[in-house]
Amino acid sequence: MDAKTVLEGTYFSDSRKELQKERRSLLIRRFLSNRMLLTGSVITVLLGIIALLAPFLTSYTPLEMQMVKRLQAPSLEHWFGTDNFGRDLFSRVVHGTRVSMAVGISVAFITMITGTVIGLYSAYYKFLDHILMRICDGLMAFPGILLAIALTAALGSNMINVIIALSIISTPTIARVVRSAAIVVKEQVYIEALRAQGASASRIIWYHMAPNTVSPLIIQITFVFAVSVLIEAALSFLGAGIAPPNPSLGNILYDGKVVIFSAWWMTVFPGLFILLSVLGLNLFGDGLRDMLDPHTNKAKK
Amino acid sequence: MQKECLLEVSGLKTTFLTENGPVTVVNGVSFQVSAGETLGVVGESGCGKSVTSESILRLLNEKTTRYEGEINYKNRNLLSLTEEEMRSIRGNEISMIFQDPMTSLNPVYTIGDQIAETIMIHQKVGKKAAFAKAVEMLRLTGIPSPEKRVHEYPHELSGGMRQRVMIAIALACQPKLLVADEPTTALDVTIQTQILDLIQDLKQQLDMGVILITHDLGVVAEVCTRVVVMYLGEVVEEAGVEELFENPLHPYTQGLLQSVPQLDGDRSKKLYVIKGAVPSLTNVPKGCRFAPRCNYATDLCRQSEPELMGNRHKVRCWHADTNLQKEGELYVADGS
Amino acid sequence: MWQMAVEDETPLLHVKNIKKYFPITTPFGKVKGHVKAVDNIDFALHKRETLGLVGESGCGKSTTGRTIMRLTEPTAGEAIYKGKDLFQLKGQELQALRREIQMVFQDPYSSLDPKQIIGHAIEEPLTIHKLGAKKERMERAMDLLHKVGLREDQYYRYPHEFSGGQRQRIGIARALAVDPAIVICDEPVSALDVSIQSQVINLLQELQHNYDLSYVFIAHDLSVVRHISDSIGVMYLGRMMEKAPTEELFAQPLHPYTQALLSAVPIPNPKLKKERIILKGDIPTPINPPAGCVFHTRCPYAEARCRTEIPMPRDLGMNHVVACHLYD
Repeated sequence: MDAKTVLEGTYFSDSRKELQKERRSLLIRRFLSNRMLLTGSVITVLLGIIALLAPFLTSYTPLEMQMVKRLQAPSLEHWFGTDNFGRDLFSRVVHGTRVSMAVGISVAFITMITGTVIGLYSAYYKFLDHILMRICDGLMAFPGILLAIALTAALGSNMINVIIALSIISTPTIARVVRSAAIVVKEQVYIEALRAQGASASRIIWYHMAPNTVSPLIIQITFVFAVSVLIEAALSFLGAGIAPPNPSLGNILYDGKVVIFSAWWMTVFPGLFILLSVLGLNLFGDGLRDMLDPHTNKAKK
Repeated sequence: MQKECLLEVSGLKTTFLTENGPVTVVNGVSFQVSAGETLGVVGESGCGKSVTSESILRLLNEKTTRYEGEINYKNRNLLSLTEEEMRSIRGNEISMIFQDPMTSLNPVYTIGDQIAETIMIHQKVGKKAAFAKAVEMLRLTGIPSPEKRVHEYPHELSGGMRQRVMIAIALACQPKLLVADEPTTALDVTIQTQILDLIQDLKQQLDMGVILITHDLGVVAEVCTRVVVMYLGEVVEEAGVEELFENPLHPYTQGLLQSVPQLDGDRSKKLYVIKGAVPSLTNVPKGCRFAPRCNYATDLCRQSEPELMGNRHKVRCWHADTNLQKEGELYVADGS
Repeated sequence: MWQMAVEDETPLLHVKNIKKYFPITTPFGKVKGHVKAVDNIDFALHKRETLGLVGESGCGKSTTGRTIMRLTEPTAGEAIYKGKDLFQLKGQELQALRREIQMVFQDPYSSLDPKQIIGHAIEEPLTIHKLGAKKERMERAMDLLHKVGLREDQYYRYPHEFSGGQRQRIGIARALAVDPAIVICDEPVSALDVSIQSQVINLLQELQHNYDLSYVFIAHDLSVVRHISDSIGVMYLGRMMEKAPTEELFAQPLHPYTQALLSAVPIPNPKLKKERIILKGDIPTPINPPAGCVFHTRCPYAEARCRTEIPMPRDLGMNHVVACHLYD
């Protein structure tokens, strides 16, 4: 075999590249044929772009007050109208979406790490399992939103603290999902084979158990994302989240509540954006589950 | 010897409609079973033997499965019956036992309940009579102290006992035909002997026909009277059991027989190997389906598919004549 | 010369009286009994030899293999390998031992990590033991793929792209990656189709011949065990009933259980209608194994003393050891 003399990485590089190409095209085909996933990701990506480009989309800043233009109906100049302080509603909603997305992404990212660590270790070590899962049980015994209000009340209401509070209440759900997937994996023969080789616990946990829990994890993360957006809005609505005058979909809704009969646009537009982001993420998550989890796939047929 | 034919399968073609297009799992299978006969259906995984048996009882999801051909039972084509008519046949005239006795019983009912249920579905008897019959069935299948056992739950029984219970359920209505799909594969050898013996015994007592689906040639040799060998959804050979083991004509059958280590075989010799693996049903080879793995394959084999030929000993092979002197009718002019 | 003789005399692996009891506890953690999965098993494995362990479910043959691998800790006993007791080893020494004794598992579907390409799966033992550079490991994996009859370009494929027989080949390649002396094969062919079974058996024999391997071959199929083993131990409910060189065992099965087991194997020859010994009843659970000889509940020759007295293994010459009161 003269292939042996070739440098590493170039071994059968053709067949390797071809395989990767094949796998990629298969993935793309499956993605495109999944209508739920497609719709969900289009909505989410669109909202993401809006959130990212928020400062460039509007000619007004969200805090700029023009008292003369209070509570104007949607027009060409102010697409979504103005609020009770004469601020441009479109700009506020877009910036609010930015806040929601930032909170959602941060919470999803943080809980992904904490939940995975807790889930994997409690699946692997029995004694840790007892301790960590009881803590999770304790956290899950509180209604999430109440706990979040209590936490932000104690820490002070700003975006960082909202993220911390939401991460704390979401971690147990992720930890449980990861743990139950990891326990199944742990009982597989290939884990036993690794133990027979003398593989270290951390190698088994991170190289072999973790990759096999990725699909349920990702699916659950999208739902945590959606729920975080929703709870952040609720917290802000209740005054325990993002403090005014900074815009958030929740506190815009709160402002709109007072004038709901005279200025419909102040409730409709932020409401619509909350709805779209949660709907998009949920569709995305459901679609992802159908694609990644072959069992539900079979059950459907 | 020639008893009336109980069940006649002719040209059965079962196709699964999958999202990637139709896949024909059973392709033109024909055979007959008479009362008092045990027909063995052998083959490896993916050869369609289990699907054939499920097609007979029409147990497959009708929405995603298409049946073609005929399955004649008592002058009726089972494939053209309504679902309701079919239900009166299942468990009553034709019964089935499955491979896994662990999962084919419902864990929340006692075994008595489960046997009695089958009886009450098909016969107009009360619960008491059905239970009495259940006890009788358990006794028939050789379960010790059946009056006690009838009140036990499946998890309280061992694998062999559960398979006996499954047989009791299957035979509760005195069916004319028993389809046994790998009934002993999940059992230990000493228990396997008990169960095979039981099936043989009951077959004679009740004068049933039995279709025994298995991958184990030893089991076939011990209990069957006739054998159908399947490969990739088709019957490749059919013969009486002694004839088949003594004079296998299809290279696949020959290979199967030789690749199994035998208790009196020569240990120093290497085992015979059928090269390659069973191809996927979505990618069936052109010509004879066995050609890519066959040592005798010629261009003819790779070009066109042979028919199942012969009278009492049927074989699907272009070159069977080179192995066969007795049945001259099989001779095929292939230009040689 | 002298060394050769010694090598042939002392077994490579000598398992002495191992026991593995699993405690049964009440919900409050009190031990109320034991499952005697393995009870006083001993055997010797010589170089280039294959020792078969046969028995029905619950006989403890797999637990024996897993105990030697230290996948479960033994309750008692010792296993001498190269002058050291495997059960006493710790840390570095244990790690070194794990290289020399490898295992091939029964289920080819769950014994490979579905998210790992098979090349890396084969390299895994090398990675764990930090052997060789990355490039060398890759070369070794390619070489092994070739040796077990797969193509080198399949290195980058995932397990789900392979059939059962091919996966079993990958499992064998993985076991051979670190040049073991002993391979424990736990039912390596029982999940495979008949035509694939013979391919894998032949491969195992070929590899044994080429690399001087010793096998502990655990299986329930007597004809397979007979084909591959040099000597065979017959187990029942955690105990060794009979142990003999293969030819001897099949020519002259002494224990009533061995006789019944042999007669129960279906022979693919319809003309050979042999006399069958059909054992009555079921295998008792190992939670409360019968007192005395564990086989007495099903034994056609059981006497009063079988019910009370545990028969000791007796060597009847020609390395034929049997544990039965009939031969006292």
